[in-house]
Amino acid sequence: MVEKKSFLERFYVGIIFFLLYAPLMILTVCSFNASKSRMVWGGFTLDWYAALFRDAEVIQAFQNSLVLTTAAALIATLLGAMACIGLTAMSKKAQSAAATVTNIPLLNADIVTGIALMLLFVRFMNLGFSSLLVAHVTLTLPYVILSVMPKLKQTNKAAYEAALDLGATPVYAFFKIVLPEILPGILSGFLLAFTMSLDDFVITYFTKGPGINTISTMIYQQVRRGINPEMYALSTLLFLTILIILLVVNHISDRQAKRQEQLYKY
Amino acid sequence: MNRKWLSGPYLIWAAGFIILPLFLILYYGFTSEGGGFTLANISAIADPIHLTALWRSLYIAFFSTLICLFLAYPLAYILSKAPAKKSGILIMLFILPMWINFLLRTLALQMIVSNTGLLSSVLEFFGLKPLRIMNTTTAILIGMVYDYLPFMILPIYNALCKIDRDLIDAAYDLGASKATTFRKILLPLSLPGVLSGIIMVFIPGISEFVIADILGGSKVLLIGNVIEQEFSLSNNWHLGSGLSLVLMIFIFISMAVMNKYDKSGEGQMLW
Amino acid sequence: MKKFLTLILAVSCLFTLCACGANEPSASGDELVVFNYGDYIDRDLLDRFKEETGITVKYEEYITPEDMYTKYQGGSVPYDLIITSEYMVEKMIQAGEALPVDTGRMTNIGNVGDTYWEFCRAFDPDNQYAVPYMFGTVGILYNTTLVDEEVTSWDILWDEKYADNIIMENSVRDAFLVPLKLKGYSLNTTDTAQLEEAKQMLIDQKPLVQAYYVDESRDALISGDAAMAVIYSGDATVAMEANEDLAYVVPEEGSNVWFDCMMIPATCRHKEAAEQFIDFLCGEEAAMANFEYIYYGTPNTAVYDTLDDELKEDPTIFPPKDIMAKCEVYQYLGSEMETFYSQMWKELKSR
Repeated sequence: MVEKKSFLERFYVGIIFFLLYAPLMILTVCSFNASKSRMVWGGFTLDWYAALFRDAEVIQAFQNSLVLTTAAALIATLLGAMACIGLTAMSKKAQSAAATVTNIPLLNADIVTGIALMLLFVRFMNLGFSSLLVAHVTLTLPYVILSVMPKLKQTNKAAYEAALDLGATPVYAFFKIVLPEILPGILSGFLLAFTMSLDDFVITYFTKGPGINTISTMIYQQVRRGINPEMYALSTLLFLTILIILLVVNHISDRQAKRQEQLYKY
Repeated sequence: MNRKWLSGPYLIWAAGFIILPLFLILYYGFTSEGGGFTLANISAIADPIHLTALWRSLYIAFFSTLICLFLAYPLAYILSKAPAKKSGILIMLFILPMWINFLLRTLALQMIVSNTGLLSSVLEFFGLKPLRIMNTTTAILIGMVYDYLPFMILPIYNALCKIDRDLIDAAYDLGASKATTFRKILLPLSLPGVLSGIIMVFIPGISEFVIADILGGSKVLLIGNVIEQEFSLSNNWHLGSGLSLVLMIFIFISMAVMNKYDKSGEGQMLW
Repeated sequence: MKKFLTLILAVSCLFTLCACGANEPSASGDELVVFNYGDYIDRDLLDRFKEETGITVKYEEYITPEDMYTKYQGGSVPYDLIITSEYMVEKMIQAGEALPVDTGRMTNIGNVGDTYWEFCRAFDPDNQYAVPYMFGTVGILYNTTLVDEEVTSWDILWDEKYADNIIMENSVRDAFLVPLKLKGYSLNTTDTAQLEEAKQMLIDQKPLVQAYYVDESRDALISGDAAMAVIYSGDATVAMEANEDLAYVVPEEGSNVWFDCMMIPATCRHKEAAEQFIDFLCGEEAAMANFEYIYYGTPNTAVYDTLDDELKEDPTIFPPKDIMAKCEVYQYLGSEMETFYSQMWKELKSR
């Protein structure tokens, strides 16, 4: 009985996993395709990978993307997590108002947010890396808040209060009790922020200064004359890198856990 | 130190970069090209073309949210039951596809569902009729579900992880059936995550247009397409802003719905 | 979980560090901000230009001319040189957003053929503002294995035999030119009755249309997803290279011939450098590199003369005179017509 159930569960997870990854496998296949067209198989080649590393522009764009995205996600996570903690101490009305405001960038068509921010920036600052950063933090903040808030709502207030009663300072109690509980939320908020920032094209397009390219602006501009297969190669590499990091980390933490278990035995 | 102050930086940020630009949109939305005050850009939503587009957007956003929910909930539940170490890496695996550029992913999806695409070839191989779903609402729905599914999985998973296993075991021990346990314990406790997921899928879904362009062959006009067209093609920023303001009503509606479900009062304010 | 977080933080700090050192090099000396269609220049030329003149080109790309104008209008970046479609050039001339180009000191400007200057006079009467960059036609690309007959007329796009196998241009004026030309009207008509008639024809056609595409049509034709598409000649050339079953035709009723031009916008801060760049692109060597990269028709006669006959006579790249005679250049129709067109477009799409 138990066996059968877990098989069904595994099967379900497997199916969804497959559906999510099927398009990515196609991109990987495209990266080895000698033909520039997506739809025609022109033989196996590694040329796109070689070309990728020689293409200074792609590398520069990749670097821009990484810096921008990382910085934006870090700032957004910090601001967002702090905001959630602060907001939960406020009245329900204030919270609900803040929630509404937070959702605005989520709903607005990207082009509206992009142009509104551009008009704002043109008035007060030069377009450049900093304007891009501000735009991306704004864009990603809602995702952080949406991830952290539910976690924070579910934290055990009693434990926190008990810690205070036992003489812990609020800061100490926060780091010992609340933070570990909301950490998964913060982590997934960071991941979402990172992802949304990495993917964004429209807002980046309107708020970037001249001559700065990110990977996504690059890809969008290639649409007119066909995607450069180097992009498929880059995606494949990026994906593999993250996957490997993930597996390695998992392996290491597995081993550590085992070692600890062994220590306990003796 | 008052805890409230922690939200200060965010509030300042929101005022500067969400509210202030919003005023620019308000300004454009309520003025005509000449600069005078007008409500025409708002009432333009009543134009049959815009209404049809809005209706279609709502329809697609609604169904993609529904499908995402039904696919994501069991998945998040299964994942949350896995040992913490394993479930962490599993959930990462479900987020990972989002790190590949959205346009590239959608183009890849197009290769699968297109008339001579992979799916059709596979069906033909088994002697079945090839699918002709490309450039229909179905294709758009598939695309939306594909692109937004992780947004539904993540918050539900987060919420489910927080539920104390002991609660569920206790329910079983007390003789509750699976259905009852689900209804009385799992569902209410995971509701914040579910609602979070619904917002994350439904709200951006309303103004989506790129997926509709790629997988719908630009044959299906969504309200997002209309707004985009007003800003770029027709250069009518006033009408574009007016229509976006109308869309904002949906934020208010969804917030109101959330608040209504928030009956328990304490600690369940739903985002 | 904690370990993941630590790892991610560590990796991100590393990224930030390694990138802080490598931020934009401060451009000393002259620079030039160029705004062009995506992937529409041989990028090596930018480096070569810098070597020759010491001027750094800050290169920016857009997708559609409308996107370009939206961003230009926002005033966020002072562009020095814009390469765009002729009707957009005309719009900018009318809006007073174009500066005259001083061709007097240019040594390579003579390479641009007279016929092309002639065409440009349709929107720039004194050839003051626009220098031709590339040109091409709009026509039908079709798959000879799926279409038995020889395609000669636009009316095949209304043939129910090809239902769900037809791809139309997803761009207002390129879509409207088809019924307008089929009816024998000018594609610059401002007669609302004619335009309404064209709109009705497009609405009637919509059930037969598989999709409205711009860029994707090429791949759809190559893979055999559709039997025919309204397409730009340059895309047709690329597609025919990948799939030999494809053929391109400019229908007998005539079509649109388009010119992408270089122009100097009013925001220009480095006019001399912009003119130097135009001159550089008109040079034989640079124009050749560009032609070989983009494969659209080049108005550069010096390049044309050195091509082998096969290319010279390729009717897709260099349409013969009798075809050119039947083709019209788009004119900017004014903001009122622009609104009218976009309203009709919305109506068509919302069906």
